[in-house]
Amino acid sequence: MNVHPLIEALSRLYDADRLLTRPAQLMAYESDALTAFQQRPAAVVIPQNREEVIETILLCHGHNVPFVARGSGTSLSGGSLPIAEGIVIALNRLDRILRLDPEERIAVVEPGVINLKVSDAAKPYGLYYAPDPSSQSICTIGGNVAFNSGGAHCLKYGMTSNHVLGMTVALPDGEVVELGGESLESAGPDLPGFFVGSEGLFGVALEITLRLLPIPETYRTVLAAYDSLHAAGDAVTAVVASGLLPGAIEIMDALAIKAAEVGAKAGYPTAPALLIVELEGEESAVEAEFAQLMQLIEETAPLEVRMAQTADERARIWKGRKAAFSAVGRLAPDYIVQDGVVPRSRLGDALAEIDRLSASYGIDVANVFHAGDGNLHPLILFDGREEGALERAEELAGEILELCVELGGSITGEHGVGMEKRAFLPKMYGPLEMQAMEDVRRSVDSRSLANRGKMLPAGEAESLTHVGPHPLEKAGVIFRE
Amino acid sequence: MNSVDEIQEAIRGAESVRVRGGGSKPALSLRHCNEDVQWLDLSRLSGVIDYQPDEYTFIARAGTPVSEMSTMLEEKGQYLPFDPPLSERGATLGGTVAAGLSGAGRYRYGGIRDFLIGIRFVDGKGHEVRGGGAVVKNAAGFDFPKLFVGSLGRLGILTELTFKVFPQPPAFATVAAEFDGLSELLSALDAVTSSAIDLHAVDFAPTQEGWTLWVRIGGLLNVLQDRAQALQAIVTAGAGLMRDSSLHHGQEEENLWQTARSMGWLGEGMGLVRVPLTPRRIPALENALGRSKATTRRYSVGGNLLWLGWPADTATEDSDQSSFGDLHNLLLELDLQGVQLFGRARRASTQYDGDNTDAGEGPLLGRPFQNAFLRRIALALDPEGKFEKF
Repeated sequence: MNVHPLIEALSRLYDADRLLTRPAQLMAYESDALTAFQQRPAAVVIPQNREEVIETILLCHGHNVPFVARGSGTSLSGGSLPIAEGIVIALNRLDRILRLDPEERIAVVEPGVINLKVSDAAKPYGLYYAPDPSSQSICTIGGNVAFNSGGAHCLKYGMTSNHVLGMTVALPDGEVVELGGESLESAGPDLPGFFVGSEGLFGVALEITLRLLPIPETYRTVLAAYDSLHAAGDAVTAVVASGLLPGAIEIMDALAIKAAEVGAKAGYPTAPALLIVELEGEESAVEAEFAQLMQLIEETAPLEVRMAQTADERARIWKGRKAAFSAVGRLAPDYIVQDGVVPRSRLGDALAEIDRLSASYGIDVANVFHAGDGNLHPLILFDGREEGALERAEELAGEILELCVELGGSITGEHGVGMEKRAFLPKMYGPLEMQAMEDVRRSVDSRSLANRGKMLPAGEAESLTHVGPHPLEKAGVIFRE
Repeated sequence: MNSVDEIQEAIRGAESVRVRGGGSKPALSLRHCNEDVQWLDLSRLSGVIDYQPDEYTFIARAGTPVSEMSTMLEEKGQYLPFDPPLSERGATLGGTVAAGLSGAGRYRYGGIRDFLIGIRFVDGKGHEVRGGGAVVKNAAGFDFPKLFVGSLGRLGILTELTFKVFPQPPAFATVAAEFDGLSELLSALDAVTSSAIDLHAVDFAPTQEGWTLWVRIGGLLNVLQDRAQALQAIVTAGAGLMRDSSLHHGQEEENLWQTARSMGWLGEGMGLVRVPLTPRRIPALENALGRSKATTRRYSVGGNLLWLGWPADTATEDSDQSSFGDLHNLLLELDLQGVQLFGRARRASTQYDGDNTDAGEGPLLGRPFQNAFLRRIALALDPEGKFEKF
């Protein structure tokens, strides 16, 4: 693949400060939040408007060069890992909220807008954007759309796809189409719903219409400590069975609690397991539901219960939880975050098995998870400087994913398949499903240019074997530092 | 069709296939077609495969009647919060997904697109393909369940569906209020939908004298009365209220919404068209409808959806003219789309010559549905064009 003619063409479109080709400039784009993998692209372009994005895609298509669209690079599945000899389209400067319409309760945004900025902009009107990935203060809406990002509050209001009403997208050959609209309802196939979570394989979202919700009048958050994960899990079962519909139900294990303590000074009780349950909505309704919730929790024999009485106290409870991932970095030099889902009733089985695997591998695993929807986030700790440590950690991660599939769940709840889990997609789906996805991908992108090598085996990566979790690394195509 | 095998065989053997379930949306399922078209009746591909109340999920065959499922859920205090419509007319789960139908309750927690988590479908090659999964949260692979919501049997034939469900609120209450005119009603609508009150449903409709607004809330019974009164205060705070608003509870309240689900307000023999829109588009639409034939209609989902009753076609089967041609033009003018559910679909009555190969025919009205993304998807799933094109 000779990319020089393309770079030549791009240099007529971009000033030198927005067309990066020198190694020192490219370094910042070599990996995303899945830091175990790095790849140097041929060039990074930094468009300032949608026309430049479209023109770049047209040029890539014309020169048959693959491209990766990238926001803040917070993907935990390697979704924005560059393609060798490919182009990275950095969308951070397309960061305008084009329209905020409080009456229709929508925001029309460019893909580089930071998730939290949408809620900030909507706040004066008493509105907010519901999906709240832990990285919401830096991750972009474009990335949220590509990976159907979730967050702690998915239980009641769903993930990104439940909040995207419409979009303008550039397909992988540069053709621009409008999908959906501004209404909560639509006619014809749900094309925005199909585009969301397609991991960049269907092209680049240029403009996204988001649904905003009224800010809940009040929150009631309770933190309960238990003497085992199992006991915390039983409490979740009791809460769910009661018919209450909390906005969030989270569990952290001892190691995760320790990390949150070290990293964020959360002030959590020291216990084998912590449960966080949050109710949200109208004051009077939440008060009544909270009384019912507290009664349920008291019956589950917690070691300690703390109720957040003020916004500050609520923020402190969430601070520890949201910081848990990065805080784990204080406990070990490296870690892998997994994102499996199991049926809620199998949570106990899954955690017991993860515990057993952790012991048999001799690798620490911290557990933080969205218990209400069965979404596990095992954090597998290792030291990358030790010979073979990464491989062992990945092997353990792979066993956890297979466990999730065996229990009838999914290999990813909200981080996406990306680079990291593409060897596992065929374990979850059969050959006919893989073929159907590949057929759709080929029909949308005949040259497999858009985010080639993610989610599905593709194009020039096809010659690689897919026996291990990271064939590209085995093949010496991508490297760890 | 008694089995998936039969569907697969039929698709492989036929030149062109169409699908129907309970026949509750005759404009989609009982259309006159050429002789080379084979209709597949899925009403016998019925039954619940697995219902896990603890997981708040169920799996059912596509031909399963919505009513059967609703009864089963109700016994466990659970429900499909999007109020699937037309169940007493025999609507099936598959038909409801394929037609993309959500009712008034969609306002609170989302529509059918948000509750369908897994599907199996037979594609145009005769392969049965699975999409999505059985767990409530899943980001693995392309989201085929969403693609098939509203797909009208044109991308594949749904055989099996997995839904998530929610706990049913212990009680509901509804505030009803009548307004002088549309602008007064829309002000009240804005006030109530911007409030912090968690609304389950917000519908409104023109009456003989003015406009009626219905707002539904649900939750624990011990605080419901207070919440309903707070809601009532917001609804009635603005101008243009014709008479005292009313507060409804119990079976009588449930009946109000049963009317919405069953389209009980629609006159006998009327056509029915579903039109997505936003509240801001309503005045122009009302203006256009005012110039047109008399219609009955009900706005739902806080003004995001119009159920439009339209005089059904009186023309003969052979005629090229259809009253829905006028509606098609009206929606086109307003840049809206509609899907016809009742009444004989129009045939070749309009001049639109875009890339819609079936231009001027069938139940799709207004702005064309086809685009490059959809065309490419359809080509992958149905390369030989066995299903109807958009």
